[in-house]
Amino acid sequence: MNVVTLSQWQFAATCMFHWIFVPLTLGLSIMTAWMETKYVTTGDETWLRMTKFWGKLFLINFALGVVTGITMEFQFGLNWAEYSRYVGDIFGAPLAMEATITFFLESVFIGVWIFGWNKISKKVHALSIWLAAIGTNLSALFILLANGWMQKPVGFAIRNGRAEMTDFMAVVTNPYGWIKFSHTLMSGYALAAFVIMGVSAWHLLRANESDFFKRSFKMASAWAFVASLLVGITGDFHAVEIAKVQPSKFAAMEAVWETKKNAGMCLLLMPDANGECNAVESLTIPGMLSFLAFHDTRGEIKGLKDFPKEMRPPVTPTFLSFRLMAGLGTFMIIASLIGVFLSRRDRFIENRLYLSIMVLAIPVPYLAQQFGWLVAELGRQPWIVFGVMKTADAVSKSVTATQIILSLLGFTVLYGFLGAIDIYLLVKYAKKGPDKDLSNIIEMTGRA
Amino acid sequence: MDISIFQITWFVLWSVLWAVYFMLDGFVLGTGFLSAFIARNDTEKRILINAVGPVWDGNEVWLLTAGGATFAAFPTTYALMFSNLYSALILLLFALIVRGVSFEFRGKLEGAAWKGSWDKAILVSSFLPALLFGVAFGNIFSGIPMRNDFTTLQFTYEGSLIGLLNPYGLVTGVLFVLLFAVHGALYISLKTVGDLKDRATSMANKLWPALLVIAVVFLGYTWPATKLYNNFFKAPVLLIIPVVAVVSLLMVKVFAGKNETGKAFIFSCLTIVFVVFTGVTGLFPNLLPSSLDAASNLTIFNSSSSLYTLRIMTVVALIMVPIVIAYKIWVYRIFRARVSSEDVLGNPQAY
Repeated sequence: MNVVTLSQWQFAATCMFHWIFVPLTLGLSIMTAWMETKYVTTGDETWLRMTKFWGKLFLINFALGVVTGITMEFQFGLNWAEYSRYVGDIFGAPLAMEATITFFLESVFIGVWIFGWNKISKKVHALSIWLAAIGTNLSALFILLANGWMQKPVGFAIRNGRAEMTDFMAVVTNPYGWIKFSHTLMSGYALAAFVIMGVSAWHLLRANESDFFKRSFKMASAWAFVASLLVGITGDFHAVEIAKVQPSKFAAMEAVWETKKNAGMCLLLMPDANGECNAVESLTIPGMLSFLAFHDTRGEIKGLKDFPKEMRPPVTPTFLSFRLMAGLGTFMIIASLIGVFLSRRDRFIENRLYLSIMVLAIPVPYLAQQFGWLVAELGRQPWIVFGVMKTADAVSKSVTATQIILSLLGFTVLYGFLGAIDIYLLVKYAKKGPDKDLSNIIEMTGRA
Repeated sequence: MDISIFQITWFVLWSVLWAVYFMLDGFVLGTGFLSAFIARNDTEKRILINAVGPVWDGNEVWLLTAGGATFAAFPTTYALMFSNLYSALILLLFALIVRGVSFEFRGKLEGAAWKGSWDKAILVSSFLPALLFGVAFGNIFSGIPMRNDFTTLQFTYEGSLIGLLNPYGLVTGVLFVLLFAVHGALYISLKTVGDLKDRATSMANKLWPALLVIAVVFLGYTWPATKLYNNFFKAPVLLIIPVVAVVSLLMVKVFAGKNETGKAFIFSCLTIVFVVFTGVTGLFPNLLPSSLDAASNLTIFNSSSSLYTLRIMTVVALIMVPIVIAYKIWVYRIFRARVSSEDVLGNPQAY
């Protein structure tokens, strides 16, 4: 394999591994802050126990998210030196801002939160998890503005042999980045809520700490439904934006070969990339695809055949990832809606089938997110910066294939090992349930 | 305003970020690799981990900020420094990853084998970054074998991982290890009580002569190995910087010897900061010189971002850095107390 392919594999592998941990951090940080705020305002100790229990899972997960994030920042320079040199004038800014504005906030205040239980007042303690959560959520904004720029480059000019920033406001108000941010953030909230529902369901099935997990489940089902619905709505906006600015990605997502107006959407579809057509095409909803792309059934969808072969993204994986993401997302909306409905009279506790499904559904949002990222990044190919720079031109020239094979091997072993331990610990502590000894917990909250 | 003013501003900021990073992570790394030699049982090991627990993550962010600042202000240097030093930085990255999770994982399960494994991981993953950062900066000071043509945009590198382990790089590596060792020992002594504190103080005193020797070797070897002294000859007033570094190093021993570890630690901070300042002052205006020809040097002038970007980043830095420093000081004040066995054994949230 050549340096370009190896660099792509390494970036994809390390990015997807990083993304196993980040979405739970995004959602669980906010939800833990919410629980602690409830405790501080109501004085109800169940909220405190919830804060401690879900907070512990948050921390075990957080550790790996942080350390694998360092890899991402280093890797632009390590493997993508030509990219970093060519677009660093623009791309470096959001990364540096992410570090100064948000990484400090989350890292410093997570330390305060872990170690500050008996050193600061309850209110300041709750404030520290909010600051950490805000830092975490805002860091997603900066990195997605950076990614949004790669998808839809704005506010720059090609000068001095590179892309130079000409309009900072255009970069930070790039609609593509903001849509991506809201879509990603909501999916993180939905994922965290599904984890809480799944773990709670596991305990409820065993009649363990029923009050504690009933409350956790009810809170999470409301979050899960609202967030999943918003994932769908922002996803719709996202698709419209993609159809407008990245027609080749949209055509690959939907496996559209011929340009057509009033395009229909086939529920059953399977592309045949070699034959440049679809092997299966049936159950068509007339005009639906044009409506999804332009919110107008008469809209014209550009087909893949309008692009030279070398300018098309890999069609089958992009198409499949998109379908799987959308399917899993639909499942999440339905499953959480049932949860909200059953929550009204605590009926979910008797519904063992539903609880079992929710335990098994924990991986669903994880898979949906990974597929979503595959759509975003595969669909952008062959570009690294859409329309501006090709991925093949972006790699480091001084790095050899052997070096990358060795580092990729190292990442595989190290990440595999640490990931296994982290997931083992998460499962162990999730199954263990909340601390029974309430007196110890209350004592630890110290000064009121 | 002229772009060179911003380029110089960012050179200063770049230096400050590295200096603060080494000052702050230096004692975490030092505490990490000294733990195996100072702590005698599990409780003592936990005390040490918990002494750095509230702050290590926030300290490491200075590295990410230094990296981010290099990317945003000097993208060509960021690109070539990271890709040319690929294998060394991958090793550094692996070590930093392991160190971070070790703190978190160690206390999550019981059992001597589990904890013992993470203790070894902490030892290696704290020692390796100290050494590798030193080796990297030694090579940055002396230059790496690269040829850069800034008009045709042709950049080539002729070095290797083994080539970085040259004598001067290794001397700088050992200098960093000992700087962080003394720094870490003083931090432990400042944050603990009783026997543990005494052992840490004595460790700092024992390591100090070795640090002095390597510092002298480093200063002497820098003469033939690098061009760092040229700037000091051009403007002798700059010699104040290495003088502060040397005086601080001597004061470390004065106060450590009197068992006044608080003051010794402050001077140890100053030593690290001024060692970095000495190096980068000699480097100016280079960020990464070439050992092959001066025209290939990466300087703040030929590798910087545009005036527009530098301006925006300056505004961001001027607003954010004071805010960060303010809340970090507040946090250090919250956790200023010494850590004892009662703290560790009584807190279920502790590492």
